[in-house]
Amino acid sequence: MNLLRHARYVLSENPVTGLAFALFALLLMAAIFGPLIAPYSPLQSNAAMALKPPSAAHWFGTDQLGRDIFSRVLVATRLDLSIAFASVILAFMLGALSGVAAGYFGGWTDRVVGRLADTIMAFPLFVLAMGIVAALGNEVINIVIATAIINFPLYARVARAEANVRREAGFVEAARLSGNGEARVLLGHVLPNIMPIMMVQMSLTMGYAILNAAGLSFIGLGVRPPAPEWGIMVAEGANFIQSGEWWIALFPGAALMLAVFCFNLLGDGLRDIIDPRQRT
Amino acid sequence: MLKLLLSRLATAIPSIVGVVVVTFMLTRLLPGDPAAYFAGLAASPQAIAEIRTKLGLDKSLPEQFVTYLVDLAHGNLGNSLSTGQPVVTEIATRLPASAELTLLALILAVGIAIPLGVLAAVKQGTWIDHLCRIVTTAGVSLPVFFTGLLFAYVFYYLLQWAPAPSGRLDVFLSPPTHITGFYLIDSALTGNMEVFWGALRQLALPAISMAIFSLAPLARMTRGSMLAVLGSDFIRTARASGLAPGTVVFTYAFRNAVLPVITVLGMVFSFLLGANVLVETVFAWPGIGLYAVNALITSDYAPVQGFVLTMAILYVALNLTIDLLYGLVDPRVRLDS
Repeated sequence: MNLLRHARYVLSENPVTGLAFALFALLLMAAIFGPLIAPYSPLQSNAAMALKPPSAAHWFGTDQLGRDIFSRVLVATRLDLSIAFASVILAFMLGALSGVAAGYFGGWTDRVVGRLADTIMAFPLFVLAMGIVAALGNEVINIVIATAIINFPLYARVARAEANVRREAGFVEAARLSGNGEARVLLGHVLPNIMPIMMVQMSLTMGYAILNAAGLSFIGLGVRPPAPEWGIMVAEGANFIQSGEWWIALFPGAALMLAVFCFNLLGDGLRDIIDPRQRT
Repeated sequence: MLKLLLSRLATAIPSIVGVVVVTFMLTRLLPGDPAAYFAGLAASPQAIAEIRTKLGLDKSLPEQFVTYLVDLAHGNLGNSLSTGQPVVTEIATRLPASAELTLLALILAVGIAIPLGVLAAVKQGTWIDHLCRIVTTAGVSLPVFFTGLLFAYVFYYLLQWAPAPSGRLDVFLSPPTHITGFYLIDSALTGNMEVFWGALRQLALPAISMAIFSLAPLARMTRGSMLAVLGSDFIRTARASGLAPGTVVFTYAFRNAVLPVITVLGMVFSFLLGANVLVETVFAWPGIGLYAVNALITSDYAPVQGFVLTMAILYVALNLTIDLLYGLVDPRVRLDS
């Protein structure tokens, strides 16, 4: 109850965060109900209506195969958000677990996790993602894995720092004294305690994960046509920009920007709610 | 100073080892038979078997790793399937194009972000502060390929200010004499001003697209760091001693504030090298990014591996330079080590 009141207070101070939450709700609705409320089928082509600009019948116009762009952008929300969520959750599971173990136990665990994170960070991250998807194969699941791997060092670092701080905390000692084994203390006491900070990280990296997935599909990796996905749609639209059909690339790109913007604002807002000292 | 240099070099060695090991492992992770990948999609079983023995893919993993290291030491990154050329020559030919684009984008980004961040910090709360925050939040949210496309549409198609995105030079101009491979530098050195302006016009749109993308973290860091320094005691003393505001901000505050910005440059380079690939795809810029993307589309694996390795080694070298630069700027690091 206290958290809700505090959240309401922060939202009233900073209406932009409220806007971000509203936008997030909108995106979720689009992802869940998109295919149901889309006016046309995203895959249905209609050659007679190809390359038509936005009109009353087709709000965002049609693409080169006559497919309605509004429906495609709406339905693509589900795929893009699922890819981003899945990779963030995977990165969190791998990163947070190794990070808290490294910060809590120190020693060899710390060194191994540190080396792993450093090796990943030695690459320019998008290039590494390209290499991973090329190595594992051109499937959507590999985009999730690649994005998770390149986000792993960030989570590991944050989790490690936080676990290190909490290693000697009172509640941890009390848990140990109550007879809990080390694993139980780690997973049952330390990890839940750092969850708010990890949620902020997750929200901030969601935006980056969406950009990454879109970038990879823009260069042809992972998602294949005719699946509606924002990155692929921008790539398809890129061919028509020079002949003036701007709507094919603009609307998916705008949707991308909106989603990333929303998650960045959301992350900032969550950070303000959870730790007022970190407000910029 | 030499000790600092050597200690920094020593920390780069594990990174390079890690990079080499990971790029080796990436080849072995290929689903199915790696030999089939290197032989190409249209290869017969005999061709695949030939490639397997030729590339030594039938040997044990440690033996393959040793062969890989020996090949790397000789600068052999394999051959491209589509062109038949050695990967290392193709990368070397295309590297100046990417490097010129990335460096220009970096100079633009730094040139805009740092003054913007400093101004936003000095005049906190005014319109320029809000402009800075909008620019940083928007810049981080825009996908770089989308910005590039938007610019191409607005400035080339609509306004006709920029030339067609057709590569480094207009078809009517010929490249300058090859000194560095950077068209801007080469044409300036040989006094060929027509080519200089032509190359600059072609560079403008891609470089600006990339710069906008990397503007955000730099501006944000500069602003935050300047704010922190301007609030510190020694600045208050400087002001109380009657120093002119300009002296306070530039001679004292800025030099201290620029240190975290140098640290953030590493992350910015990671973004830039990734954005390089996307921008080259949008503008058909003949650099190594486009080379790798084309190789990926045709399932030509050796160039992709060479590309990842080159970019990673470049990135390690860049991080080393940033570390050394930090050591040069901050005397405390030099005296400590």
